[in-house]
Amino acid sequence: MVTANLRAGDLSRITDMAEVKGRSLWADARKRFMLNKAAVASLFVLIFITLFSFAGESIAPWTNEEIDFNVIGSADTKGMPSIASGHYFGTDDLGRDLFARSAQGTRISLMVGFVGTFIAVLVGTVYGAVSGYVGGRTDAIMMRIVDILSAIPYMFVLILLLVMFGRSMFMIFVGIGLLSWLGMARIVRGQTLSLKHKEYIEAARASGVSSWKIILRHILPNLLGVVAVYTTLLIPDMIMAESFISFLGLGVQEPLTSLGALISEGSKSIVQGSLWQLYFPLAFFTVTLYAFYFVGDGLRDALDPKDR
Amino acid sequence: MALLDVKDLGVTFATNDGTVTAVNGVSFSLERGETLGIVGESGSGKSQLSFAIMGLLAKNGRATGSVRFEGQEILNAAPAVINPLRAVHISMVFQDPMTSLNPYMRVSDQMAEVLTHHKGMSKADAVTACVRMLDAVKIPDAKGRIRLYPHEFSGGMRQRVMIAMALLCRPDLLIADEPTTALDVTVQAQIMALLRELQAEFGMATILITHDLGVIAGFCRDVMVLYGGQVMERAPVDPLFETPSHPYTRGLISAIPRVDTHGETLVTIPGTPPNMLRAPKGCPFAPRCAYAGADCDDHLAPLTAFAPGRLRACNRSLEELA
Amino acid sequence: MFSFIARRLLIAVPTLLLLIVISAVLMHAAPGGPFNSERKLPAEVVANLQAKYGLDQPLYLQIWTYIRDLVLHFDFGPSFKYKDRTVNDIIAQGFPVTLVYGFWSFVIATILGIGAGVIAAIRQNTPTDYLVLTVAIIGAVLPGYVIAPILVLVFTLKLGWLPGGGWEDGEWRYLVMPVIALSTGYIASIARLMRSSMLETLNSNFVRTARAKGLPEWKVITRHVMKPALLPILSYLGPVFVGMVTGSVVIDMYFSTGGIGKSFVDSALNRDYSVMLGVTLLVGALTILFNLIVDVLYAFIDPKIRY
Repeated sequence: MVTANLRAGDLSRITDMAEVKGRSLWADARKRFMLNKAAVASLFVLIFITLFSFAGESIAPWTNEEIDFNVIGSADTKGMPSIASGHYFGTDDLGRDLFARSAQGTRISLMVGFVGTFIAVLVGTVYGAVSGYVGGRTDAIMMRIVDILSAIPYMFVLILLLVMFGRSMFMIFVGIGLLSWLGMARIVRGQTLSLKHKEYIEAARASGVSSWKIILRHILPNLLGVVAVYTTLLIPDMIMAESFISFLGLGVQEPLTSLGALISEGSKSIVQGSLWQLYFPLAFFTVTLYAFYFVGDGLRDALDPKDR
Repeated sequence: MALLDVKDLGVTFATNDGTVTAVNGVSFSLERGETLGIVGESGSGKSQLSFAIMGLLAKNGRATGSVRFEGQEILNAAPAVINPLRAVHISMVFQDPMTSLNPYMRVSDQMAEVLTHHKGMSKADAVTACVRMLDAVKIPDAKGRIRLYPHEFSGGMRQRVMIAMALLCRPDLLIADEPTTALDVTVQAQIMALLRELQAEFGMATILITHDLGVIAGFCRDVMVLYGGQVMERAPVDPLFETPSHPYTRGLISAIPRVDTHGETLVTIPGTPPNMLRAPKGCPFAPRCAYAGADCDDHLAPLTAFAPGRLRACNRSLEELA
Repeated sequence: MFSFIARRLLIAVPTLLLLIVISAVLMHAAPGGPFNSERKLPAEVVANLQAKYGLDQPLYLQIWTYIRDLVLHFDFGPSFKYKDRTVNDIIAQGFPVTLVYGFWSFVIATILGIGAGVIAAIRQNTPTDYLVLTVAIIGAVLPGYVIAPILVLVFTLKLGWLPGGGWEDGEWRYLVMPVIALSTGYIASIARLMRSSMLETLNSNFVRTARAKGLPEWKVITRHVMKPALLPILSYLGPVFVGMVTGSVVIDMYFSTGGIGKSFVDSALNRDYSVMLGVTLLVGALTILFNLIVDVLYAFIDPKIRY
């Protein structure tokens, strides 16, 4: 009797609530994200940079490999950025067009960022979700492995791998990605642990839904928010790591280039006074990283309203 | 002169979605030793009312009006004015004892700093005084346990520590903001019994803020009913329960589950509390009120006395409600 | 708490051992041995060299010898490139240098980062706060290899105040630019972390309680806010430490400081695997040690850690 009474009351309260917040979590998050001016502006900047990285080479009068023999040997005086010569961003020491090379470098850096992050997120999410969901001894062992792996100085190992097994795009993608999934795994595991004890998961388990189905249908969709935020914040880290590797000359190889490689070349030419070789790649690099950070921050604020 | 005199107190918060009105034109006064209960459902502004009096509003909050303590204006007062009053003359017990004590400090340090700061006592004397106060709130083995950290106490024990800490300087006014909400039902009863006892012993004026009318009935002499940040009714406890003069109070009282009658359904007040982002122009309760007329959306009659010690704010006369 | 520290130690030791085993296996699995240089050596010479470095023994024995020497004698073995030098010699030459500029960078990054974060949080949403945030955001994405040449351009080439490189036993003029280049990024991230953790603590219930006690704001902050707000910084110090060592690669390249980063890059260019592994192992071991120290400090500060 008493429980029936209570239910009647609860029911009316629940329907009241449904009237008040009819929007879904994601619609709500989108609205909050759109109100964040820095994040929205950054999103547009990112779209613009991506477009530039793909279309830039077709706009440029010079290709990235062509050598302008008028410039070669005296790049610091003749290689200045100019509309007339067609070198909008100037040239490098070898007389190659920096506009085309910046576009190409940005594309490679973005690719490393996305592919590396994709690998890290994929491995980290699956590992973390399984560890957190299975729990117990398995969880303890899996997390101990993560602890052990995090003691490895990964930049050194990456260099070691690149030296031992030869440089290649594949090695960079896989190396950077595989060495960065640890943080993701920890976050996903924590989130899974807290989700596991939610009533609707218990309900699903009680009604005989299989573990894999629970992970796929209930856990993973609810992890999406955390994963999305962490992913956006991981991409700039990947780009930074690649630029570090490229700076050491172990990254992508000529004629390919990346923002890190261009900045490295540019910073060596400072002494000769051809500052544009540093400015343009550096500008793309920093703006891209800022944009990712702001979008990530915006996403976090949008998806985690308790922060405000 | 009243101990505490609140006039036309308003509290607003600047949020990203706009200005939220939490408290709107609340006035009341409290004499020495008096006990006042403030009742309202969540979001009625009762907690923010107490924070405004203590000067503890969040950074985006703004208080208007006037709060006088023994004649001295303390609303939005400078730290030099309000800090010597806090803990010494006005103390507060918070809602959640789990998070209201500093988890990184020993209970002895947290309590003793009140006395060393305000009374200039030595650390050792202060700790001795704190142990006596913990004894008074019936913490067993207080001498041994004062050296522990808060997480080593149960919820009920932590609330006892909070109460002991609030009473260290024998304040003239104690504000208890839902002191039992976060606790188990049996512990709730113990804490309320303790508060009742201490109030009788120390004689401090007490404001008890709660959403639970049952808690009020056993503790307070007067009750103030808050809805949508405004005072709906104020009355001594017995008349309020026997002849509530406001439709909202009536709803509240009939919604108390009773064991002596076998009703078929639990009585609820239809509708939901107002969204304070768009503070209503008239009576905040009008949308849920069975007696509301067109005038209620437009304005609300001021709080007026209609019997000794009884005040109400309602556009309908008592006869119309009968 | 002591059982907590003991447990941490018990975890650290096997972690370290595992790291050593993985490295040893990795080293011997590397394609192209150390003597596959461009110059074709006579078969005899190769056989001699292999015997000298124990490469003619079965793989498991090589790995075992490596681990035994390392654990018992702290011996990383011979360099594969320089016949007269051991890995220990090379590390002993570069590491103290890195330790000196790394230490100063670490100290400066921590102090300035925490200071800036605290000031920004206390002055939240004021111009001071925005200034700190802006500088922190700029600093966070400027890699050391961009800051380093700019420093050289300004302080050496334009102003002529500081030497552009060299070490000279860590005389302060040789120390300034490496420390700035190495610490800037970490000042920025520590400041941001400190600001947000401080703001979170300032909004917590127990700080409201402290204010309700009538304590002046400075007392509230020093007694109630600082300790909990510093805990996230403490956890971040491990990664900062690793960053200081990793960053030495850039520092040594730009400022010719001759630290461990130079040893590593040189050995990478020479395919001197034993040096590379030695350095990696050493950094890994120091990371484990450092994290252990952080954990112990954490246990002292946070009374809830009692397992």
